[in-house]
Amino acid sequence: MSDNSLVLGGAWMLIALPLLGAAVLLLGGRRTDGWGHWLAVALPAGSFVWAVLALVELLGRGAHERSVDVPVYTWFASGGLEVGANLLLDPLSISFALLITGVGTLIHVYSVGYMAHDERRRRFFAYLNLFVAAMLVLVLADNFVLLFLGWEGVGLASYLLIGFWQHKPSAAVAAKKAFLVNRVGDLGLLIAVMVMFTTFGTVAYSGVFAELDGAGQGVLTAVGLLLLLGACGKSAQLPLQSWLLDAMEGPTPVSALIHAATMVTAGVYLIVRAGPIFEAAPAAQTAVAVVGAATLLAGAVIGCAKDDIKKALAGSTMSQIGYMTLAAGLGPAGYAVAIAHLITHGFFKAGLFLGAGSVMHGMNDEVDMRRYGALRRYMPVTFATFGLGYLAIIGFPLLSGWWTKEGIIEAAFASGGASGQVYGWAALVGAGLTAFYMTRVMIMTFFGEKRWDEGAHPHESPVSMTAPMVVLAVGSVALGAVLVYGYRFAAFLEPAVGAPEEHHEFHFAAMLTSWPSLAALGLMVAGAAVAWFMYGRVPVPRTAPEGNVITVAARNELYGNQINEGLLMRPGQAVTKALVAIDTHVVDGAVRGVATGIRDTSGELRRAQTGFARTYALTMLFGAAVVVATLAVRI
Amino acid sequence: MITDTPPSIDYWLLAPMLTVFGAGVLAVLVEAFAPKARRRPLQLALTAAALVAAFVLTVLQVGSVPAEGTTLAMGAVAVDRPALFFHGTILVLAAIALLLIAERRGGEDAFAAQAAAVPGSEEERAHTLAGSEHTEVYPLVLFAVLGMLLFTAANDFLTLFIALEVMSLPLYLLCGLARRRRLFSQEAAVKYFLLGAFSSAFFLFGIALVYGFSGTVGYAGVAEAVQAGGGGAFAGGGGGPLLLLGIALVGVGLLFKVGAVPFHNWKPDVYQGAPTPITALMASGTLVAAFGALLRVFFTAFGDTAEAWRPMIWVVAILTMVLAAVVAVTQRDIKRLLAYSSVVHAGFVLTAVVAADAAGLAGAMFYLAAYGFTTIGAFAVVTLVRTHEGGPEAGELTRWAGLGRTSPALAGALSLFLLAFAGIPLTSGFIGKFAVFEAAVAAGAVPLVVVGVLSSAVTAFFYVRIIVLMYFAEPAADGTVHTARAGALTGTAIGIGVAATLVLGVYPTPVLDHLVPQPGGEAVATAGAFTR
Repeated sequence: MSDNSLVLGGAWMLIALPLLGAAVLLLGGRRTDGWGHWLAVALPAGSFVWAVLALVELLGRGAHERSVDVPVYTWFASGGLEVGANLLLDPLSISFALLITGVGTLIHVYSVGYMAHDERRRRFFAYLNLFVAAMLVLVLADNFVLLFLGWEGVGLASYLLIGFWQHKPSAAVAAKKAFLVNRVGDLGLLIAVMVMFTTFGTVAYSGVFAELDGAGQGVLTAVGLLLLLGACGKSAQLPLQSWLLDAMEGPTPVSALIHAATMVTAGVYLIVRAGPIFEAAPAAQTAVAVVGAATLLAGAVIGCAKDDIKKALAGSTMSQIGYMTLAAGLGPAGYAVAIAHLITHGFFKAGLFLGAGSVMHGMNDEVDMRRYGALRRYMPVTFATFGLGYLAIIGFPLLSGWWTKEGIIEAAFASGGASGQVYGWAALVGAGLTAFYMTRVMIMTFFGEKRWDEGAHPHESPVSMTAPMVVLAVGSVALGAVLVYGYRFAAFLEPAVGAPEEHHEFHFAAMLTSWPSLAALGLMVAGAAVAWFMYGRVPVPRTAPEGNVITVAARNELYGNQINEGLLMRPGQAVTKALVAIDTHVVDGAVRGVATGIRDTSGELRRAQTGFARTYALTMLFGAAVVVATLAVRI
Repeated sequence: MITDTPPSIDYWLLAPMLTVFGAGVLAVLVEAFAPKARRRPLQLALTAAALVAAFVLTVLQVGSVPAEGTTLAMGAVAVDRPALFFHGTILVLAAIALLLIAERRGGEDAFAAQAAAVPGSEEERAHTLAGSEHTEVYPLVLFAVLGMLLFTAANDFLTLFIALEVMSLPLYLLCGLARRRRLFSQEAAVKYFLLGAFSSAFFLFGIALVYGFSGTVGYAGVAEAVQAGGGGAFAGGGGGPLLLLGIALVGVGLLFKVGAVPFHNWKPDVYQGAPTPITALMASGTLVAAFGALLRVFFTAFGDTAEAWRPMIWVVAILTMVLAAVVAVTQRDIKRLLAYSSVVHAGFVLTAVVAADAAGLAGAMFYLAAYGFTTIGAFAVVTLVRTHEGGPEAGELTRWAGLGRTSPALAGALSLFLLAFAGIPLTSGFIGKFAVFEAAVAAGAVPLVVVGVLSSAVTAFFYVRIIVLMYFAEPAADGTVHTARAGALTGTAIGIGVAATLVLGVYPTPVLDHLVPQPGGEAVATAGAFTR
């Protein structure tokens, strides 16, 4: 064992606590109905405290001693192969651990109010705890196999929670869809791990990264692209984006925690964690940036047309993760800004989702924004917190989103060349679109006329729900400055993700007045103004107008489902049918043949067991003859 | 060897065996002189105390045995790390088997009221009604255990032969003592005895040939003669055929004890006929002892002529793994199935023998210990499933259908044992199989391992079939079984089996790192594992 302190050496407790919660709630059955949800809140909170202590201890060390390998468990070691589970605590993983446990705990608290009347509440909290544990495994793993275990674990939790209201067919279908689309990405990751193991003989991060020089460009590019495929699946990036909008069928806290703040950012984590591979494979790195840029625009366009408040926010999530992916595709210069945006986004997007959940809570679970309107007076806390989250996401100067998004735009332009211009402009256009669709959400929900259904009596949510929203709103306002001002966070991450080639000094004034910054500001104002002209100045119809080609395409999620269906599903079904036929007739035939053969042989051989000692003795004599013969050949 | 000076004997290192021996002798006296009512508790206490004391002594010896081991009593007995490991394992397994042997339900244990009475006779009925008990079981077990201990530590062929007989004779008797289906039990005992005698003849003849070649019966002397190309009358060479024939026939004797094909026929019949607690003792303790002896003989005495005997083990291992697995597929009785399973597992361990190095020794040692705990647990479960309350054991598998619903805990434990037999990860069976197959691959026996893996797949079929039967089959309308409540003793035995199967599967590192030799690819002699 190592000489790590109690806090660092016991890092497995971070995972064990929520896992314990899941186990107690799932195995304890109805006995835990009364208090189970409070246990489920307390355990991630305990993990959060543990993570804070670990952060304090890491900060107390020198910048280059902050990467701590925590041996947890060796299953068995045999020659060069050691199978076990080790954790890696470094600035990158601890940042994620804090986000997951911090935002996770808030959302657990929120869920106590949100799910108060659900009869399967215990199970819901069990799954949430399971998710937190799996997500922590994902980010704390020190090798790709353990990461994959966590990756599958969050996929499972996501599946269970999207389909939590399984009595709704749409929820069950959405869960299945999320699971299936994610399988495609998971397969990519799995193959990548296998290729790494055969090429490098190890799956540990440190081992793989140390051996990169020995591998050919083709292998590295393949590994990079496969990892990107895995990231696309988990993070809903093109072309595996289609499941995220449907995933909004899950309870809103799930959308906030899993499908906005944490799980969907796992792809970005993977790319940043595997940074050295992408740096050694420029083609794959370019693919990352291109995917990110394309998704950030596609997500924003979809967000512009959706009338379902959660789906509009889901499009926004796609788009914001696109920003992160784009930044992660820029190399070391982008890693820190990608992660910084990921963290601030975790706060303001979780806050927005919780706000949306609060609105739905007050409006009989209505999700269509055309049935909202004028809610600011009825739900002041929700309005205020949602409004702050709104300002943060559109990049209102000095709020969290501004600090981190500016970083991405600047890094995109700074990457140079024509590609840098393309990335930069994509990010700028995306910023304008963000301002448009978020202003649209804001106006349709909180301003204008009442367009409520009959029987709607909007009211403010209970304190257990509003308190987490307030905390998240504080983060939406202040966290960006805390992280970005003075390159604090970038410097903290540097030992883990590598330093950019040219080191920028932090110039606050330049950040305010550089031309991309001003352009972003202008586009933001323009986007918000257009939204106001379209939705604020004129009354919003209760049924959606027909709309032009682009609107219709955006409403249909840019035909992603239709493309999948025509390109993949139908040919896939045909292939499946063919394979089933082959399986039934050829494979099963062979298997049954072998089984029948063995059984018949077995029946024949049984007869040798006659029960007569004389037969047995004869068999032994024969055996002795065989044995003697094997040795006698050497005489 | 006749000398003027008496040999010096280190009694401290012999203490475990002497303890068991002394307790066995004492138990005979108890049987003769203690009043009937007190006999059983006295015998039980004495046997348990002897096993525990011997185990404690074995553990205490770890510190006083040099790393490369030592020999005692003029080289007749070796005490080294593997010997201590086998001694500890055998003693623990025997203690668990003792729990099963001592278990009584409804005032009856598993043994005949009066073995000498003709089955079905008036005399037998009278003894049954009088509640007679065979407390001779306990001294017999002690002597059998003594034989097992000595078998793994014997360092010359004569001691080995004596140990073999000390181990076997009590077992022959114990096999014939079943309370129910007594004719069946006696038939098993007679078969076991006849075939055992037959194999002993081969074994002795083999020893004679080896002595002829080397002029000595000590393993060290034989090993020297093998290196020198001959000893004694054949010091000038020319004794090669004698040695090869000797190896083959000694091999026959040892392979009979481990139950490898084609010397396995006794196993299904004997395992089925013997009282189940005795079957549990044989399937765990005897198997460990037999392999302990086989490993020591082949790795030390014949270690330098491994190329000569490797093909023999190859052939036997392949026959064992393939034939036993195939025949097991159509077995309909749980005890016979477990017997064939024991044969297949002997084949898996033989793949490690082929390696003939420290890794092979380590793999085999781990495998045997893991398998011993699992199999004893499985037989403990068998003792609980009865045809009806107070009835005999329900051996036929069809009657086990639906057990998962009626007795979930019992079915769960058995499922774990079966999964361990099948080598599913996170059970001890997986680690064991991995260790022996890895050793075999490292020694270049890849085809053997391929056969082993395929055979594992076949075995998985019939293990999982039982699980399917227990959980997914409707109970047969007429074939309902009664599961006796596990008493404290049987419950403890099953609990230890479950715990060992899980712990050795999930966290095997302490055992692999500290208790078995470190695999390094060297020959065992240079690795300092076995003493010569």
